Amino acid sequence: MELYELTVHELLEKLDNKEITLEEITKSYIDRINDKEKDVQAFVTLTDKEALGKVQTIKERKTKFEGIPIGIKDNMCIKGTKTTCSSKMLENFIAPYNATVIEKLNEEGLVSLGKLNMDEFAMGTTTEHSAFKKTCNPWNLNKVPGGSSGGAASAVAANMVPWALGSDTGGSIRQPASLCGVVGLKPTYGLVSRYGLIAYASSLDQIGPITKDVEDSAILLNLIAGHDEKDSTSANVDKKDYTKALVRDVKGLKIGVPKEYFGEGINEEVSISVKNAIKKYEEMGAIVEEFSLPIADYALATYYIIACAEASSNLGRFDGIRYGYRTKNFESLKDIYVNSRTEGFGDEVKRRIILGTYVLSSGYYDAYYKKAQKVRTLIKDQFNSAFEKYDVIIAPTAPNVAFNIGEKSNNPLELYMEDLCTVPINVAGVPSISIPCGVNSEGMPIGMQLIGKQFDEETIIRAAYTYEQETKFMENYRPTFKN
Amino acid sequence: MAVSKEEILHIAKLADLKIEENEIDEYAKNLEDILNFAQIINSVDTENVKESIGTLNNVNVFRKDEVKEFEDKEALLQNATEQEDGMFRIPKVI
Repeated sequence: MELYELTVHELLEKLDNKEITLEEITKSYIDRINDKEKDVQAFVTLTDKEALGKVQTIKERKTKFEGIPIGIKDNMCIKGTKTTCSSKMLENFIAPYNATVIEKLNEEGLVSLGKLNMDEFAMGTTTEHSAFKKTCNPWNLNKVPGGSSGGAASAVAANMVPWALGSDTGGSIRQPASLCGVVGLKPTYGLVSRYGLIAYASSLDQIGPITKDVEDSAILLNLIAGHDEKDSTSANVDKKDYTKALVRDVKGLKIGVPKEYFGEGINEEVSISVKNAIKKYEEMGAIVEEFSLPIADYALATYYIIACAEASSNLGRFDGIRYGYRTKNFESLKDIYVNSRTEGFGDEVKRRIILGTYVLSSGYYDAYYKKAQKVRTLIKDQFNSAFEKYDVIIAPTAPNVAFNIGEKSNNPLELYMEDLCTVPINVAGVPSISIPCGVNSEGMPIGMQLIGKQFDEETIIRAAYTYEQETKFMENYRPTFKN
Repeated sequence: MAVSKEEILHIAKLADLKIEENEIDEYAKNLEDILNFAQIINSVDTENVKESIGTLNNVNVFRKDEVKEFEDKEALLQNATEQEDGMFRIPKVI
């Protein structure tokens, strides 16, 4: 077995036993990147040589994670490194400071192998909206990796990084994790600081781990969670050790299955695979009950109104003055604003700014934005009441497995439907972890998500870990890189 | 929900974006599609329901009003297309 195939906890064990060195690990990933990046196209910026340089200066590990490599989605600021959001607008932007999550990783001594491709400004579900390149799914290179953290999920699946940080506004960690057969965790809103994460929709954005297994997910969550005074929406909750939740036991666990998630719009093979996984939970001693979550039907519309409204406001800062792309065609200051934005943003970003501006504009504010905020209250309430009865809610992560690159890119609304299962979780602000639960008839991975109550990541980690240990997806299925 | 050419141009102006004549129809159609889809929320009874601006209940998060110097001003300025004497340069406005 090659080093790049191992999980981080396996690498740490071998390091502790002096079976391997940090340099061997980093070199193994660099070789792997040299071999596979031409097919997968996951990276926007590679910093693998710098990572190797840093690792070679380490004589003895001072902290447990010193010298361990990681990949970072390209919307998190790393000081001195390009942070592009996969947009022409930020093509030459060099971050002047570190995001809080990067500070935390630096304190532990982790080294970044590079910045990973994404849909421009995290808006999309296929990574086709990147201004720079299309990332391919390692399980079938003709297919999309999902999005917007498609670079991160495909890099982990292709073993080009041992783990990665993604961000999730409406499913952007979980959906690509599902399509690439890896583990993606969106923490409770507020658990991880958003300082230095380039904003898409501030009341929904959350950073989280994309990993090969659940144990690594818990370990990485430990490293990034915590209150931050630089993010006023960061929650002041007690620090926890999530690895304590890695317990193989779901006896008596109450699982709710919302029937709305298995109806119209959900691919049959996906539905069957998730239902089989739920049966497995029953066999392992969990108590499973179907229930109705009718408000889920309204979550997608609510999400697009709120997310685009917030995006239109957040992206107002890109005006070509202090940073970012500046047009060459201008006479007045107003020309700089308008032409820089028109030339610097891609089509999908402009579509969402237009929608967001529309729903916030005079005459439409009450009918769309205010109404959506009220529906959001009801969505939160229904999730809260569901969690009075259940410890975990299980649903498909994505309505479909990975589809062909270009297949849906001409129809924005059709692509928005891919977010059907993931967005309610962001709107409600609860945590959710996506883990693989099978493959379809074409061998493409299927994911299910385990949704928990606010700040109860432990329960979904325990439930995910138990299933993973029982089924060993990783040992049975591997990406094939076929064309 | 029909969106007129004038409306699209008005919204683009508010957003500081330029939409060319030959792009108007497509932007209008995309906006109409999503607005038609979004109509579904009107069937939800929200009488006496308060709006949510987020998911956590923390309000009025205060901190001390202290001046903190950003440690690396050079790093901030290097991202500007035009700068002069530690300031961002823009065209004449009056």
